[in-house]
Amino acid sequence: MAASTGQAGADAQAAVAVEVNLGDRLFRWGTAAFAAGGVITLGAMAVEMVRASALSLSHFGPGFVTSTDWDPVRELYGALPYIYGTLVSSLLALLIAVPVSLGVAILLSELAPPWLLRPVSFLVELLAAVPSVIFGLWGVFVLTPWLRESVQPPLQSALGFLPFFKGTPRGFGLMAGGLILAIMILPTISSVSREVMRAVPSTLREGALALGATRWEMVRTAVLPYARSGIVGAIILGLGRALGETMAVTMVIGNRAEISASLFAPSYTMASVIANEFTEATGDLHLSALSEVALLLFLVTVALNIVARLLVWRVSRVSR
Amino acid sequence: MKRLFCLLAAVAAAAAGCKKEDGAAPAAPAGPIELQGAGATFPYPLYSKWVSEYQKIHPDVRINYQSIGSGGGIRQVTERTVDFGASDAPMTDAELQKAPGKLVHIPTTLGAVVVAFNLQGVTALELTPELVAGIFLGQITRWNDPKLAAPNPGAKLPDTAITVAYRSDGSGTTAVFTDYLAKVSPAWKEKVGAGKSVKFPVGLGAKGNEGVAGQIKTSPGSVGYVELAYARQNNLPYATLKNKAGKVVAPELAAVSAAAEGALASMPDDFRVSITDAEGDAAYPISSFTYILVYQDQQDARKGAALASFLWWAIHDGQKFEADLFYAPLPAELVTKVEAKLKTLTSGGKPLPAPGGAGG
Repeated sequence: MAASTGQAGADAQAAVAVEVNLGDRLFRWGTAAFAAGGVITLGAMAVEMVRASALSLSHFGPGFVTSTDWDPVRELYGALPYIYGTLVSSLLALLIAVPVSLGVAILLSELAPPWLLRPVSFLVELLAAVPSVIFGLWGVFVLTPWLRESVQPPLQSALGFLPFFKGTPRGFGLMAGGLILAIMILPTISSVSREVMRAVPSTLREGALALGATRWEMVRTAVLPYARSGIVGAIILGLGRALGETMAVTMVIGNRAEISASLFAPSYTMASVIANEFTEATGDLHLSALSEVALLLFLVTVALNIVARLLVWRVSRVSR
Repeated sequence: MKRLFCLLAAVAAAAAGCKKEDGAAPAAPAGPIELQGAGATFPYPLYSKWVSEYQKIHPDVRINYQSIGSGGGIRQVTERTVDFGASDAPMTDAELQKAPGKLVHIPTTLGAVVVAFNLQGVTALELTPELVAGIFLGQITRWNDPKLAAPNPGAKLPDTAITVAYRSDGSGTTAVFTDYLAKVSPAWKEKVGAGKSVKFPVGLGAKGNEGVAGQIKTSPGSVGYVELAYARQNNLPYATLKNKAGKVVAPELAAVSAAAEGALASMPDDFRVSITDAEGDAAYPISSFTYILVYQDQQDARKGAALASFLWWAIHDGQKFEADLFYAPLPAELVTKVEAKLKTLTSGGKPLPAPGGAGG
């Protein structure tokens, strides 16, 4: 730009150059400030959470993470059931949502005729716009009765010897929590995966087809390997939403701080216990214990993200 | 780019300007009086009705009540970030000690907690304190248990498992219900105790009255506790209970007021009392007060006078709005006691203008 204006005269050129530089500088500082804002907020949150949970940290020590007792009346607090509930419900959600989302993404990017593509992708993405309390209500009035009447009894009679399907089928519990999370993270995973798959160069597809691959072989050998790191990223985004989701899970998971192998049993997540008990907690230790649960949730999220990044990094290094 | 920065600068300036204005407003002596309150969710429908009715006759007073929960109400009033707090359970001595000044409990209304159930073909159920404790302790696990059949000879109790539903969120409802159980059952007192959040021995937790009601409605064989107002508005069947006097009582509003009357004799001067398992033939045993918390000595005389007038109005004219919203009115004898308490409020050590005259 400076070169073209240079023909108009030295003064103008200098003025424009200064202005461009000033604008660029401001822009740079501005964006840097915004970026720093994000980092500082994160740091401040971490510091504040540690500060707020200081009492609980010193009172219970590392035993907080391994104890299963959560009794506000006796001021005994242990977070293991919440950690377990959060991890298992999110994992269950991934187990269900990942295959379905990838199926949706493959259909939309590789197979669907144009007249089908738009409505299907619109409707799937619409799922992401539904507020979580609506999912929760649907869970209470539709999903859990259906699970209790039509899904859990047959599962129990067929596979009741497995520890996952023992206990009274009540609808509310880990299974309902995992299912509702799966539905909620499906649009995230499928729409990001679809975008990643669409970014695969068509020469790769044509090459695979030219070598005699079927549609499925083309997807398997050309599209999926190329899009792998992006798909892992999509799954991580979904996992992030599952870990932090509060309202819908609280409404169907049964809110009981117990560890049970059965998917029919009620469970409890970290986000739920904070949302449930924070407003009415008056004891200092209770508040501090809840803050420590928040801190743990933060750490779990960060740890899972780091693992995921390493995974993406390793996968992308192997595939290239 | 430059334009964007101008815009940002303008926004920043505007924000700064607004902030300044905000800071200055409460200090202004003239204009409408604004009272901020926060606390319990249980009396919120009643308080918001009171606020809108009071606004009609006193347009110069604006009251803003936020139902953030009793715990939040106690925290905020202790930090003096609101003019009054509200709580279902009275504050403990330890909590009172943390406040920078003396806090006064003003009982405003009465509520009750009912044991609601979902059983096919059963609309009426009679329970004794032992049975309620047995069910919630997980000792009685099936509806056809002979112990349940004894007080219910007419009911066809099915051979299904009992599913207990409880509040997973900390709540005054849980505090009242567990306070009752701890009074009537030594086993409950020892194993579980009373509080806003307790570790229930059995059952499924649900968030809010609506969550518990939803669980009861959708799961046959379930039983749980919800506020009377909630059960009545949603037509949930609920149990009648045997009270301390041995009489079977339904949770009618009169029975709840009767529980407060039964507790009047033993009521301490600061009104901090539990009225569960109260004396009296007509008393419904799971009843409770809900309170507004105000400082004995108000920092701002003008606001203090407005607050006292509002409370005066609430315990007199305000009481007529209670029944429609399924709250039980305060017994007359108690109103006299609260009147006396309101007259003791001061500002800077000087008594406030008599609230009775201004309240109308």
